[in-house]
Amino acid sequence: MRTRFHQGLDDLKQKLLAMGGMAEQAVERAVQAFQTRDVSVCEIVLRDESKINAAERDVDEMSIDLLAMQQPMAVDLRFIVSCIKINADLERVGDQAVNIAERVMDLATHPDPGLNIDIPRMAQLSISMVRDALNAFLSADVDLAQSVLERDDLVDNMNREIFEAVNVAMRNTVGTHRNLLDILVVARNLERVADHATNIAEDVIFWVRGADVRHHAQR
Amino acid sequence: MEGAGIHVKDLNAWFGPKQALFNIAMEIPAKKATAIIGPSGCGKSTFVRCLNRMHETLPDTRVEGKVSIGELDVYGKGVSPVWIRRRVGMVFQRPNPFPTMSIYDNVAAGLKLNGFRNRRELDVVVERSLRHAALWDEVKDDLKKKSGASLSGGQQQRLCVARGIAVKPEVLLLDEPASALDPISTAKIEDLIFELKKEQYTIVIVTHNMQQAARVAEFTGFFLLGKMIEFDKTEKVFTNPSDKRTEDYVTGRFG
Repeated sequence: MRTRFHQGLDDLKQKLLAMGGMAEQAVERAVQAFQTRDVSVCEIVLRDESKINAAERDVDEMSIDLLAMQQPMAVDLRFIVSCIKINADLERVGDQAVNIAERVMDLATHPDPGLNIDIPRMAQLSISMVRDALNAFLSADVDLAQSVLERDDLVDNMNREIFEAVNVAMRNTVGTHRNLLDILVVARNLERVADHATNIAEDVIFWVRGADVRHHAQR
Repeated sequence: MEGAGIHVKDLNAWFGPKQALFNIAMEIPAKKATAIIGPSGCGKSTFVRCLNRMHETLPDTRVEGKVSIGELDVYGKGVSPVWIRRRVGMVFQRPNPFPTMSIYDNVAAGLKLNGFRNRRELDVVVERSLRHAALWDEVKDDLKKKSGASLSGGQQQRLCVARGIAVKPEVLLLDEPASALDPISTAKIEDLIFELKKEQYTIVIVTHNMQQAARVAEFTGFFLLGKMIEFDKTEKVFTNPSDKRTEDYVTGRFG
């Protein structure tokens, strides 16, 4: 038995899950700030981004060490490759949270355009996808990962609806375009968060089943 | 010379009362490298020794079943083991050059045994074999001056490959050919396997080193307790094996 190696795999998983928790929390905070226009919460998101970036470097280093020192095979090889990819996705999720927080800081300085759109619902869906993708990773749960993939289209549709609503609002109003653009960017970033959750779910399926389900290949 | 595929069916082998192989069935493709992996005592060396009837050279051993190399029935009635071994070369874990013979005579030995006497043609075959074994440049000035035993371990192993391919076999069996070698010599042996594949040899390599199997072989068979558990494309065996026992072995969860 390769006890040290398997301990290394467990450590990698724990590190990645902790990073996932940070990325998920960053999006939650950014969305909370969007709803309350609370700039102080935005500042926390910006401040904590460096922790996610540091975790990304740690996960990469741990993964490369395991590849170089242990020459993993089969499910272990798939696991480490998945970790490297999930790591990149989680770092991007952190970036999306920062982007949202920056837009909220801008929004807070201007009046609300009063659009009839449901950013909180879109945010809730995107965050739940990240959470479920991470839970699927935690417990090697292919069914849960699969359910994440199936939700991506919902978020895409909501993003399109928001785009149309902003488009209409821009045609019908003057003077609030900056806020409308901010909202469009927030929606775009939430849509990207859902895309990253989808990527993570695909990587979980690859790790557990050895199946490549990217780009709507045989799921 | 054209590499031939190897067809194995219902192959069983014994050491005295102890059965070492159980109903092995395998289609080893022609002109490719096939790796045989598995833990110590799993029967992988016994298996390759059955392919050229080396197993029966040990006392109190027995083989049943069918092995064909191309059209040749290896265990057919009247088939000479010597003739089989001309068609199936073998290189062992420990390099075993003939210690008192020169480098040249080591390579030429098999041909001479087969009655090959033409000096000029022998020169051509020796040079070609040493070139194919990636040893020519290192020994060309000492061919008849130095003995095979005077070479380094890695060179000796390549000399054994040269000796093995001098008789133009169709199949080359390599039984842990690099396990006693340093990494540079190992890399040379692995490069050599690639070159030999280009030369249309069918190669079967027994190895403990899974990374080596992954590097050199297109197909891999996993043996356990005398049985073949899985046989598939190498990338499948090492990235997504079908059998849990294979997965446990390649990931080190075995035992």
